[in-house]
Amino acid sequence: MPTDFTPIASFAGGVLIGLSAVLLMALQGRIAGVSGIAAGLLPPWSGPASWRIAFLAGLVGAAAVAGWVLRIEITQTVTTDGSTLVFGGLLVGVGTVLGSGCTSGHGVCGLARFSVRSLAAVATFMATAGLTVFAVRHLAG
Amino acid sequence: MKEIATALVSGLLFGAGLLLSGMADPAKVLNFLDIAGTWDPSLAFVMGGAVLTTAIGYRFALRPPRPLLADRFDLPRTTGIDGRLIGGAALFGVGWGLVGYCPGPAFVGLGLGSASAAIFVLALLAGLGLGRVLSAGNALGPEAAVPQDG
Repeated sequence: MPTDFTPIASFAGGVLIGLSAVLLMALQGRIAGVSGIAAGLLPPWSGPASWRIAFLAGLVGAAAVAGWVLRIEITQTVTTDGSTLVFGGLLVGVGTVLGSGCTSGHGVCGLARFSVRSLAAVATFMATAGLTVFAVRHLAG
Repeated sequence: MKEIATALVSGLLFGAGLLLSGMADPAKVLNFLDIAGTWDPSLAFVMGGAVLTTAIGYRFALRPPRPLLADRFDLPRTTGIDGRLIGGAALFGVGWGLVGYCPGPAFVGLGLGSASAAIFVLALLAGLGLGRVLSAGNALGPEAAVPQDG
């Protein structure tokens, strides 16, 4: 199913994501990596968890405010069945711990720091994600 | 208290960015990954805007000896590319390509009341926990179990 190409809104949204990352670094000295922030809530624990919960609550809260308070219509199409959702979620979880980050930690913060590790990680997950979509949509379909 | 407020505002901004950019919709993400099909290059513009803003902002944010509200900058110390990094990133990519959710948009989906996002987030948390157990049991020590780059 095609989706609209939205270069301006997408770039502007990216700028907001960047501002969020800069804010967290300038004030708290932390990388805005969602997988790392969430993983820190699970054992083995080290350091305080309250800021992690607050950041994730912000992610959830932004959507809740946009959808239920501001009544903005937000398109989200998930065609994946339940077992694939579970399998995909597990892979994303294990993969981001072993690979030390996801689209935000490596893809935004890491690339912005010119980290070679992050560049390698981004190239790898983009490649396997693209191959997976190709296999699901064009080979298996 | 300031730490919690900062993290909350940062999370809200991040979530607003994901919503505005269209990345809260897995269909849009999957179409970015589907170059051979219904390709939608929007995600490249999201990353462009985010990386550009962060790269410029970090130049100023990292200039003082320490952050405004903390004792030190908590930056990744690991260097070098190893099998763990590449293998982990490869697994993450497969999961991302299967569903179209990476961790940020999944939490945003939770706030939109999506049952699919809720199932994905539960599995994601289980996967994160499993990854930490695997890392800890890998003689890498608990330090290595913490995703340090992000």
